[in-house]
Amino acid sequence: MESFARSQPIAGADTAPSKDATLIYRQSRWTRLTHWLWAISLFFMLLSGLQIFNARPQLYIGKESGFTYNNTVFAIGAENTATGPRGYTEIFGKRFDTTGVLGWSGPAGQETSRAFPSWATIPSYYDLGTARVVHFFFAWILSTTLIVWLVASLINGHLRRDLAPRIDDLKRLPRDIIDHAKLKFHHTREYNTLQKMAYGGVLFVLLPLMIITGLAMSPSMNAVLPFLNDLLGGRQTARTIHFIVMVLLVGFFIIHMLMILAAGPINELRSIITGWYRTDPPAHDGKSSERSV
Amino acid sequence: MPKFQIGPKLQISRRKFLTSASLGVSGIMLSGCDAFDSQLGVGDGLRSFLEGANDLTHRAQRLLAGRDSLAPEFTEADIRQPQRPNGITAPDDDTYKGLLANDFADWRLEVTGLVEKPLSLSREQLMNMPSRTQITRHDCVEGWSCIAKWTGTPLSLVLDQAVVKPQARYVMFHCLDTIERSLSGDIKYYGTIDLIDARHPQTILAYGLNGKPLPVENGAPLRVRVERQLGYKMPKYLTKIELVDSFATVGGGRGGYWEDNGYDWYGGI
Repeated sequence: MESFARSQPIAGADTAPSKDATLIYRQSRWTRLTHWLWAISLFFMLLSGLQIFNARPQLYIGKESGFTYNNTVFAIGAENTATGPRGYTEIFGKRFDTTGVLGWSGPAGQETSRAFPSWATIPSYYDLGTARVVHFFFAWILSTTLIVWLVASLINGHLRRDLAPRIDDLKRLPRDIIDHAKLKFHHTREYNTLQKMAYGGVLFVLLPLMIITGLAMSPSMNAVLPFLNDLLGGRQTARTIHFIVMVLLVGFFIIHMLMILAAGPINELRSIITGWYRTDPPAHDGKSSERSV
Repeated sequence: MPKFQIGPKLQISRRKFLTSASLGVSGIMLSGCDAFDSQLGVGDGLRSFLEGANDLTHRAQRLLAGRDSLAPEFTEADIRQPQRPNGITAPDDDTYKGLLANDFADWRLEVTGLVEKPLSLSREQLMNMPSRTQITRHDCVEGWSCIAKWTGTPLSLVLDQAVVKPQARYVMFHCLDTIERSLSGDIKYYGTIDLIDARHPQTILAYGLNGKPLPVENGAPLRVRVERQLGYKMPKYLTKIELVDSFATVGGGRGGYWEDNGYDWYGGI
């Protein structure tokens, strides 16, 4: 067992790892609090969102949904075949059999026609009204948290110090990709380039886009911001983008989990719960000294 | 619910334990979506708490959209298909069928409740009043949209003619179509909007669709259009408009048929 010596817990200061102090205070309370609020909100928003999608399991491109013409780009459904009902998922007209998960699912003998399966929706049974209650409640939490995080991170320097891209980041990118591919992780106070891109992408691109496309679907907000749907290509395109961003966020979540498991889950979890993070011992070779700024 | 069985001989490190524990938690989360079911029914504590956000959403939309901001209007070129009918599309009610057989010559729109001058208007009387035609997008709560051209009498003109009493707060729509049949009796569709939306310039009592008389499936002889809200706020097959001061006399008390079944009252998002 390593012995952990704690350095001074000065939030916002550049705490460089020294020989006898490898445990550093990495995540401020604001970062940690907002992180977990997002985690909870996104969990409920995803599952209630899939329930809402089930009410109309098709996605269209344009201002409206084509019923007598085809502007459908994605659909989940069920159909009767010679061997019984099958679930399918259709992307740009190309059909895939997704029986058991998408389109047709449920306990053996009690399968029903539903786009996303019962285990992936809140409530588990079909209830659009309740899913909307859950979805919009957490939409407020998520948006408020984003604003709180932005203000706090501007004030405490998290944004400037940890997330703002630097020239160095670009230079490091190829090396960073190779290191990640080899599952070789450097534990430093700073985020590496791919981390900055992933976190920055979620916080400054995906979440704002999610909120904007969500608002663009609101007939009430369309009266306030009529240009929004023109910009996005119509309400149904906005709905499609909303769905695509959901898929990207789920993708981020999966990679996020895999990276944490690969980089050392105890250390990573400790830092996002308590703020304290164990950095690599200071340079024994050229490679890790390259990482410290 | 998945269970993680660890063999007696298997030694697990702290790291491995944490790994499987976190995977286990996600497994429970993913398979446990019925965990919330019992708390989410209409009237349940958790449900009522979460519904508090609906009021916030309503207030925010009202604050931002104000009284008179208009829903986007479209051009003739945007009308690419017939208006998709939804909900009840052929009322199976004797009263309605009788009125339809006579092409609604005997149909009247009653305006009652908290008004100085109750009205009983024929379709001709409504059509002789000033009209408004608008090409708007109908957004269903389910997620689909359809663009169509609606023609009708601004509701504000009807309200002015009836002279609304100061204590009135909501306009309640009574409909001819039975939405639910049960042993305890049939329920005809009903709903409410507040007076701000009722007096909104785009709120019309529509009798025309895409340049033709309103078809049965879309709500003949008369339906309401409330363009800043979702489809369930726009009842079809109107028979009576009643001015009320609360939801106490409206169905289950939440302001409308779908609201009594768990939908939010404002329906602006």
